[in-house]
Amino acid sequence: MAARQAGDVILDVRNISLRFGGVKALSDITFDVREHEIRAIIGPNGAGKSSMLNCINGVYQPQEGSISLRGKTFSKMNSHQVAEMGVARTFQNLALFKGMSVLDNIMTGRNLKMKTNIFQQALRWGAAEREETAHRRVVEGIIDFLEIQAYRKTPVGKMPYGLQKRVDLGRALAMEPQVLLLDEPMAGMNVEEKQDMSRFILDVNDEFGTTIVLIEHDMGVVMDISDRVVVLDYGRKIGDGSPDEVRNNPDVISAYLGTVH
Amino acid sequence: MGPFLETLFGGLMVGMLYSLIALGFVLIYKASGVFNFAQGAMVLFAALAMARFAEWIPKLTGLNNKFIDNTIAFMLAVLVMIVLAWLIQKLVLGKLVNQEGITLLMATLGITYFLEGSGQALFGNDIYKIDIGMPKDPVFIFEKTFEGGLLINKEDLYAAVIAAVLVALLALFFQKTATGRALRAVADDHQAAQSIGIPLDRIWVIVWSVAGIVALVAGVIWGSKLGVQFSLSLVALKALPVVILGGLTSIPGAIIGGLIIGVGEKLSEIYLGPHLGGGIEIWFAYVLALAFLLVRPQGLFGEKIIDRV
Repeated sequence: MAARQAGDVILDVRNISLRFGGVKALSDITFDVREHEIRAIIGPNGAGKSSMLNCINGVYQPQEGSISLRGKTFSKMNSHQVAEMGVARTFQNLALFKGMSVLDNIMTGRNLKMKTNIFQQALRWGAAEREETAHRRVVEGIIDFLEIQAYRKTPVGKMPYGLQKRVDLGRALAMEPQVLLLDEPMAGMNVEEKQDMSRFILDVNDEFGTTIVLIEHDMGVVMDISDRVVVLDYGRKIGDGSPDEVRNNPDVISAYLGTVH
Repeated sequence: MGPFLETLFGGLMVGMLYSLIALGFVLIYKASGVFNFAQGAMVLFAALAMARFAEWIPKLTGLNNKFIDNTIAFMLAVLVMIVLAWLIQKLVLGKLVNQEGITLLMATLGITYFLEGSGQALFGNDIYKIDIGMPKDPVFIFEKTFEGGLLINKEDLYAAVIAAVLVALLALFFQKTATGRALRAVADDHQAAQSIGIPLDRIWVIVWSVAGIVALVAGVIWGSKLGVQFSLSLVALKALPVVILGGLTSIPGAIIGGLIIGVGEKLSEIYLGPHLGGGIEIWFAYVLALAFLLVRPQGLFGEKIIDRV
């Protein structure tokens, strides 16, 4: 971990409250994410982790509070606008384009970087051709990085689950995001697949300097790879700090293990 | 041998047109999950626009070159279909994001009536002809291969070639361009597509525009054969069995389904007709679709939906 240096605050979440009708999913959540760090959000089932991620990603618009990326506030934007600001995500339940090949799936991640218009593309005129080639080069780099070269042309629907998760990560990486949101990147994986995924996450963080916010259930993994951890329970923040601080926080222990009556 | 092949060819040509209309259904269903009941009305609307533009342009400009008139009329009709797609997205579908399929279906039913009414109000409700200079005379082919050869309508042959070229262009567009890739992405998963920054609104306008242009081509071909009139919007009803047969989500399915129905109804008319009292052409497609629903509800090429319980 020595090589990585956490920098200034890049993502600032202030006093977020989110309600669905009468149900309070999140109340008054505040935390920040520093540049180049790996920030984990943990908590028991129903704690509001995914809701928090969906707020940052623009899927949900919180009723109160603000979220800003490098000082630019975006709590009232939709997913598409958030993507334009440089926030990418992966999904807990895979949301890949199943009928498309690995290559095409990851190429879709380059969509925002494409500058040629539909008519140039239709005719494959100069600029469109060059652009496609340049993006293809980036995507091939990502495929090499994730070690899925052999599956390049395979429709993702036919790949093993663990590898599909990598494609999901690859598609998000293709956006060259400033902040990468990972929603349970290791859900449903076996030990070996978890180790691979942990390695990829650390490498992304290390090599590309990408800031990562992740939700994860596996406590061992979280404590190993993250720099700082936010703990949610019933939509409230009950802990925030380094893995060691969080591990010894009595509120966190009781939330996970229950209190003695 | 001769009569059989002639019927077969005739069926293939009609089938090609069914395919074109079915293609409109499939394009929109794939990209937005909307079953667009208005596809037939779009064919009528587009054909009416083309027919009247081609009539008005010589009067207004004094240009009397048929080719130029038709080209300008076609361009204008394409423009009309793009504006229409934009309006449908802005005024109707954009307001109904994340609604139930049945709600969207009802909305397209509304669009159907609107298009049929406004199309006839804007462009008139007579029978109009589209003359794009397709040769009407029949030709004999394969005269060397066997005695008598085959009598083929040249017009049908041209129409089939135009339809085939259009289908090939669409396939290339979908497979080879970045926009095509974005369209396929949206078809697979709306939420994921949004998260990587594909703007859904724009994609849907593009899809409806493409479906509109496909409707225009189908309308022009039918119109130049049989004239443009209200009954054109009913041709789309023939495309329903086609999409059931081919699968709602498959472009090759729409094409092959159309051909099967076209050939099937012509052959059954000739060979079964005399035994069953004739008129088979009218209902054959629906019975075939019904049989398919019982045996293979997802169609020939459709995605099989497996629900985990």
